[in-house]
Amino acid sequence: MFKTFKTILFRDLTLAMRRKTDILSAVFFFIIVISLFPLGVGLDKTVLIKIAPGIAWVAALLASMLALERLFAGDYEDGTLEQMLITPQPMTVIVLAKVVAHWLLTGLPLVLIVPLVGLQYHLSGEAILVMMMALLLGTPILSLLGAIGAALTLGVRGGGILISLLILPLYIPVLVYGSGAVSASLIAGESQAYLLLLGAFLILTLLFSPIATALALKISSE
Amino acid sequence: MSVAEFFSMGGFGYYVWMSMGMALLMMLSEIFVLKSQRKSMLKQVARVIRMEKNR
Amino acid sequence: MKINWFKYAAPSTFYPLAGKIIPFFAWSALLLIVGGLYWGFFQTPELLSDQKQYYRILYVHVGSAWMSMWLYIVLVAWALIGLVFNTRLSYMMAMATAPTGAIFTFLTLWTGAFWGKTSWGTYWDWDPRMTTELILLFLYVGYMALQSAIDDTRRSDKASALLALVGLVLIPVIFWSVNCPDPNQCAALHQQSSMSNIEPNIRIAWLVTAVGFWMFSFMVILMRVRNIILDRDQHTSWVQGLDEVRK
Repeated sequence: MFKTFKTILFRDLTLAMRRKTDILSAVFFFIIVISLFPLGVGLDKTVLIKIAPGIAWVAALLASMLALERLFAGDYEDGTLEQMLITPQPMTVIVLAKVVAHWLLTGLPLVLIVPLVGLQYHLSGEAILVMMMALLLGTPILSLLGAIGAALTLGVRGGGILISLLILPLYIPVLVYGSGAVSASLIAGESQAYLLLLGAFLILTLLFSPIATALALKISSE
Repeated sequence: MSVAEFFSMGGFGYYVWMSMGMALLMMLSEIFVLKSQRKSMLKQVARVIRMEKNR
Repeated sequence: MKINWFKYAAPSTFYPLAGKIIPFFAWSALLLIVGGLYWGFFQTPELLSDQKQYYRILYVHVGSAWMSMWLYIVLVAWALIGLVFNTRLSYMMAMATAPTGAIFTFLTLWTGAFWGKTSWGTYWDWDPRMTTELILLFLYVGYMALQSAIDDTRRSDKASALLALVGLVLIPVIFWSVNCPDPNQCAALHQQSSMSNIEPNIRIAWLVTAVGFWMFSFMVILMRVRNIILDRDQHTSWVQGLDEVRK
């Protein structure tokens, strides 16, 4: 089972590396959105510090959504998905491997860019650290939940926007606690509770999302 | 309660009647839409019968 | 008497049955709603001072809220039955329930805004109950959007059923996160300070109206499922042989 996981993970990473533009566009989208807000909202330092957490999270949400369409689409189109469904290997493991690959390519880079956000929004070193921690816990949740949406809408026209419509409501707890963690650290330095809740939510999604996604893939491929 | 009092609702007439009004509007519209949907469905079935007869 | 539960699982037998019971629900709805509202408007003049006349908004707000939540549960129940037993009609019932649920959710938000303006001064406040209602609206819309986006009926039925289930699982999490955005303290639940002191006559009014809404839901959902059956089974001989078609 672990071997299946490893194989699929490396396969997806290799395939993605051949089309670097996909990964980079999600990352650059994040950077652009982050950079646009100060220009639109005004350059007042106190305001920027206050809105930074919310904006970073919404931008992360949107960037993650962008890349979701291609999570299963490639395999669906060339018939690999069907083969994956037929193999005796548990589909949940295959799904988990693909989601991890997706996260490594689109979620993790966002975590690493946080210092840039900190720079533009005048965040303290501590806030930056908390934001990185929060995104580190939150972006996998985004990938896991997004996978369900991507699986349900396979091959459907209007895919990207439809996924957003379906999945964004489900992202709300992540947004609330992820953003709250950073806000809390800015005000009182008490972000631990939020991070713990995010962690709990991550565990919950890790357990339940691959099953739901596998089921959705089965439905979409019939 | 006089008619004037009924409509004014102690000054809150706007709020009460906007709420009641929308409720009435939504419910009547739903019924209306479903009835006209039924009519067009029946016409559609009649059309299908004609098409299949003419094969 | 042995009840054959699966007899009415076929659209061809359910369709006429539904047609027969719709009038019952229609009349019940009318009587209960009119009765409830009459009670609320004319049996409570002394209880509501002029400052509190706006409480009458509750007569429709409470019923809509209950229906918006109840119908989502009904939707998921039908979806689950469909996924487990693979019966087409179950999926059709789920599909028929969604629009009505969405309409009641919208009505809850609309009446809720007017209630909010009168009782705590603002049309919208991001309080947990109303925010969750908003998310519920998104869930209904998402369900309907997915249904219409996928052309293959079998697939769209199952996919949207799964989506509805996922939504149901996450509603408590979402509600909790909105209710307690700061884990150290949870926000006040629906700023209604004097809910428990509401006069019984007012409660009777909104209860009766709420049941009326429930009857209305039955009526409207049965009407809709009959339309869905006509649409999906238009090529069958039983539909083509219906009296109303031959006219």
